[in-house]
Amino acid sequence: MEKNNSVTIIAFSGDLDKLLAAFIIATGAAASGKQVNMFFTFWGLKLLQGTNKKPNRLNFLQKMFAFMVKPGTEKRSISKLNMAGMGSMMLKKLMKKTKVPSLAELVSTAKSLGVKFTACTTSMGVMGITKETLIPEVDNIAGVASFLADAEKSSVTLFI
Amino acid sequence: MKPDFTIDCLGLYCPMPIIKTAEKIKELSAGQILEVISDDEGIVEDMPNWCKMTGHEFIEIKKNDDEYRAYVKKVVR
Repeated sequence: MEKNNSVTIIAFSGDLDKLLAAFIIATGAAASGKQVNMFFTFWGLKLLQGTNKKPNRLNFLQKMFAFMVKPGTEKRSISKLNMAGMGSMMLKKLMKKTKVPSLAELVSTAKSLGVKFTACTTSMGVMGITKETLIPEVDNIAGVASFLADAEKSSVTLFI
Repeated sequence: MKPDFTIDCLGLYCPMPIIKTAEKIKELSAGQILEVISDDEGIVEDMPNWCKMTGHEFIEIKKNDDEYRAYVKKVVR
C-alpha cells in the first residue's frame, strides 16, 4: 500500500488533557499540510456525542454509563488530580488565562482544517450511542479495518 | 527584511502560531514574504520544521527581547 504521509490518531481517552494533546497534534499536522484521520473509540467517542439530543432506548448498564460519563467537549475530566471536577475547572481557567484554545475551539479548528472524524461502531454499540445522536462534524462511522487501512498509509499513528 | 504580510501571534501558544501561519500563507502569492510575530519560544524550532513539511522557504528568525519574528517565503509547487 502506498504511503500518503498522513497522520492517524486514535482518541481512546475521554479525558480533557489527553483529548487536548490529540487535538493539538491533529490541528498542527493539518496546518502542516497533512491529511489527518481521527478515530474516536470508547471514552473518546463521548466527545462526538451531541449534548442536547434525546437519548435512544438504553438498557440499565448503558444508562449507568451515560449517566456517569457525560458527552461533548465541556464535561470532560482530567486524567490526574481531577478532584471531582475541580481540577478540570482549574485547568480550563488556566488555559483561558494563558490563551490556549479550549477543546471546543480545537475541535472546530480541526474540522475547518479538514481533519476527518470517524466514530467507532463497536463502541457505539456497547454504549448504546446511535448515529443520530452524534454531532454533525462526524464524517463517517467505521471499524478496525478502516483504521488499519488509514494507519497503513500513515507515517504517524498515535493511540491517545 | 521587508515582509508583504505580518501576523501577530503574541500571547499564543502551540499550535496557534502554526495554524495562523498556515491560514495566512494561503493569501500570499508565490515569492511573497510572511512575518510571524510570536513570544512562544517553541516557534524557533517549529517554524523551520513547519516549512520543511509544507515546502515553504524558511528565511530566518530574529529575537528581540522576548519577541520572535519569523520570516517565511511562500513557495508554490
